[in-house]
Amino acid sequence: MNRFDAIVVGGGHNGLTSAAFLARAGLRVVVLERNPYIGGATVSRELHPGWVYSNCSYVCSLLRPEIYRSLELGRHGLQIVPYGGGVTFTRDGDVLGGYVDKEVRRREIARYSARDADAYLRYGRDVMRQCRLVRSLLMRTPPDPTSWRPRDLREMLHVGREFARLGEAGIYDTIRFYTMSIADYLGEYFESDVVKANFAGSGIIGTALGVQSPGTAYVLLHHYMGDVDGQAGAWGFARGGMGAVSRALAAAVQAHGGEVRSDAPVARIRTRAGRVVGVALENGDELDAPVVLSALDPKRTFLGLFDAGDLDPRLVKRARDFKIRGSSGKLNIALDGLPSFPALGPKHPLLAGDMHFLDSLERFERAYDDWKRGTWSQDPYLDLLMPTMTDPTMAPPGKHFMSVFVQYVPHRLAGREWTDADRDAFRRTVFAQISRYSPDFEKLVVHAEVRTPQELEAEVGLTEGNIFHGELTFDQLLFNRPFPGFAQYRGPFRGMYLCGSGTHPGGGVMAAPGANAAREVLRDLRRGSTVPEGWSDD
Amino acid sequence: MRPPREHYREVVRRTPFHSRTTRANELNLWHRWRDYTVADAYFDVTLEYTALRNACAVFDISPMTKHRIEGPDALSFLNRLVTRDVARIGPGRVGYCVWCDDGGQVIDDGTLFHLQPGSYRLCSQERQLDWLTRSALGFNVSIREETEEVAALALQGPTSCTVLRALGLDGIETLAPFAMRTYALAGAELLVSRTGYTGDLGYELWTAPAQAEALWDRLFQAGEAYGIRPMGTHALEMARIEAGYIQAGVDFLPADRAVRVDRTRSPFELDLGWLVDFSKPNFTGRRALLDEQRRGSRYRLVRLDVEGNKPAKDAYVYDDRRNVIGAVTSALWSPMAKSSIALASVRMPWGRPTDELWAEIYYQKELKWNRLNARCRVVKGAFYEPARRRLTPPPAW
Repeated sequence: MNRFDAIVVGGGHNGLTSAAFLARAGLRVVVLERNPYIGGATVSRELHPGWVYSNCSYVCSLLRPEIYRSLELGRHGLQIVPYGGGVTFTRDGDVLGGYVDKEVRRREIARYSARDADAYLRYGRDVMRQCRLVRSLLMRTPPDPTSWRPRDLREMLHVGREFARLGEAGIYDTIRFYTMSIADYLGEYFESDVVKANFAGSGIIGTALGVQSPGTAYVLLHHYMGDVDGQAGAWGFARGGMGAVSRALAAAVQAHGGEVRSDAPVARIRTRAGRVVGVALENGDELDAPVVLSALDPKRTFLGLFDAGDLDPRLVKRARDFKIRGSSGKLNIALDGLPSFPALGPKHPLLAGDMHFLDSLERFERAYDDWKRGTWSQDPYLDLLMPTMTDPTMAPPGKHFMSVFVQYVPHRLAGREWTDADRDAFRRTVFAQISRYSPDFEKLVVHAEVRTPQELEAEVGLTEGNIFHGELTFDQLLFNRPFPGFAQYRGPFRGMYLCGSGTHPGGGVMAAPGANAAREVLRDLRRGSTVPEGWSDD
Repeated sequence: MRPPREHYREVVRRTPFHSRTTRANELNLWHRWRDYTVADAYFDVTLEYTALRNACAVFDISPMTKHRIEGPDALSFLNRLVTRDVARIGPGRVGYCVWCDDGGQVIDDGTLFHLQPGSYRLCSQERQLDWLTRSALGFNVSIREETEEVAALALQGPTSCTVLRALGLDGIETLAPFAMRTYALAGAELLVSRTGYTGDLGYELWTAPAQAEALWDRLFQAGEAYGIRPMGTHALEMARIEAGYIQAGVDFLPADRAVRVDRTRSPFELDLGWLVDFSKPNFTGRRALLDEQRRGSRYRLVRLDVEGNKPAKDAYVYDDRRNVIGAVTSALWSPMAKSSIALASVRMPWGRPTDELWAEIYYQKELKWNRLNARCRVVKGAFYEPARRRLTPPPAW
């Protein structure tokens, strides 16, 4: 029984999403995952007894609600729980609290600058304008701007119409927005350095660029364009860890008769006479199907699943040049109790929020300088959360799980591989940063998983450890994602498709690439689409 | 030194009158006016409204946004900011103003108090510090928000002047509409302006937060023989619609909050063209508003007298061929006009006095929903405007 209508290579959230929509259309589908567990970077594992980690991705906002609803992920066990606010700690022992209540948040910003507190509304309005534009494109296939096919023209017209709705000034703003640095963008609204630092993190997360680098304003948007139940920009936890997302997606695949196989590493995609015929597993087994989707990133797909001789040299070169630099690491920590943060005090509501420790743009830029020199930031940007403040399922009662995203961390250290000693030194740097604001934190650590880009690549398959399957810069977005000519999810062979975050609209546990790819497959098979249309914002 | 960080523990603040408004709030009905909690109603909306039109009523306006604008360039700055000629608002006078963005779209409306030569207070619905500060580039002015530093009450209604005389404010009857005067009350300074949001005879009383409770107590003592009652937001809302006044966020969307760029309105489109003075020096939005005058406006704010007795809340407005041409933004049954009244925004050219307009009204009686199409008549000016509002001295009651 190794004949299928479609094979999906890679059991992350996008591969599973594609499979679920194809299975729903009646196709015989199998998802092949190389690890003994599914989920890719959307995964929860118990590495220390009693504690469930969100090992890679750790919060959820971008997951398209159209997909959530259409695949009945709620019925399959997924629950997104919004969490409360965020905080930036300052070196002088104070905090800037991002309180959930908007008036409290305003008063808090006003402690640093009364003007900035008011400017925050203008900032929110302008970011929301950009969100509305980009949201209207998420559940659509990017048009090919060089094509005269009616469908491409129609889609170009859609993009043009959405663009025009911004008004004359809005169009100029948009073009500037997509090419600006987050530092310059924030400078147009805020005067306080702490306030700017508080918002700057979203512009560089997962990106090998600094706050002064052009293009980082868009990265911020990428983190704002989601919502939790209509609360724009809100983030939440998947109850039970991010693995709950992939578990629900896998259940949706199975509910429609699809199959999900783990421990099934694919060696290569088999082709014959310009079309795909199936895959070969590393153990030598062959599976046949006229349709193969790769959820792997573009580099692994084209340079890993094919022989160079199968592909045009131009494509090989493009795949090699694809920008997918690793820039972040992750620590997952089991804690024996709740660490104290004296600047907040006990029982503070923001203990349930995301915590940040860089209070100036200068420190952000210095952190990036370290990465450029080939080492991890000595004063790193952390996105630290304790999901157990919100989700009771992830640790024993009274104990806590701490998820620490670390920016910047290079894939290789000044050209060489990471050693165990390096990894430990990296862990110590992160611990020291946390301990500066939480003196009793280190005493409470019972287990820590340390993940550098090297582990992210080796275990999850993220090339160079890049969490977005390729950087979210303007040259790699929309009809240029992953590269010109391949942005409509179709590969260089008939029946071959890309469905991972390396395609439009990119990473962040959105599931939109997987859904969009499934729609293209069904279109080529002349079957009715099972993929929902995007929802209007109006 | 930054202000203390513990402010988060009091999510919603109390106004300086809170101890008194709490005692008066027999219904325990509150809502949130941005930072502060204020009374929806104290004992009965209808009776509070009746007190306003029949005797006098007190409304706590402390949460209203207030900015202080001072400095050598205060006048030239304000004249660039707002559409009317600020030079004509002399010291001791108050002016109703509207200000626009570069595109001539209304950011907010409010009252400008010329406190002393070169010192102004701007009262508005929305916070304006960002816009004011950005507009002040190149001007020698200081701007700061002083909302928390001022406690204020509105005293409105036919007996309000008499109550203030009983309070000991000698000569208050000579205070003309949109004028203000400073008094000493029990050793503290009290600023009284003849302003309000009810379209009636009325005053607004401004003092330091520390004097708030004493002011409330004295005022109610002085007013006891003249029917003074506290009034909540619901009663005030009735009065302001009867007066035909618009409200930011209800009848128009502040231009600097609009995510959708086509949702904003110009002063002409809000029937505030009388506030636009093209003969004064340059002001923000001037070029766009001149263009609009030439090309014509997109919308018109109309005041509608709606047939029948059902409030036209949230109703679509149709022309005589059943095309949707706009929507009602505020509506109610007016006890004084004895008619169903509404403010609506309609597309041009509709809204002319002769146009036949219709409102589609949904209402329910005992859980059964009904729909009716009510004919609307376009009316000019306020739905209710008593003569006492403009008389100086005003009648005793």
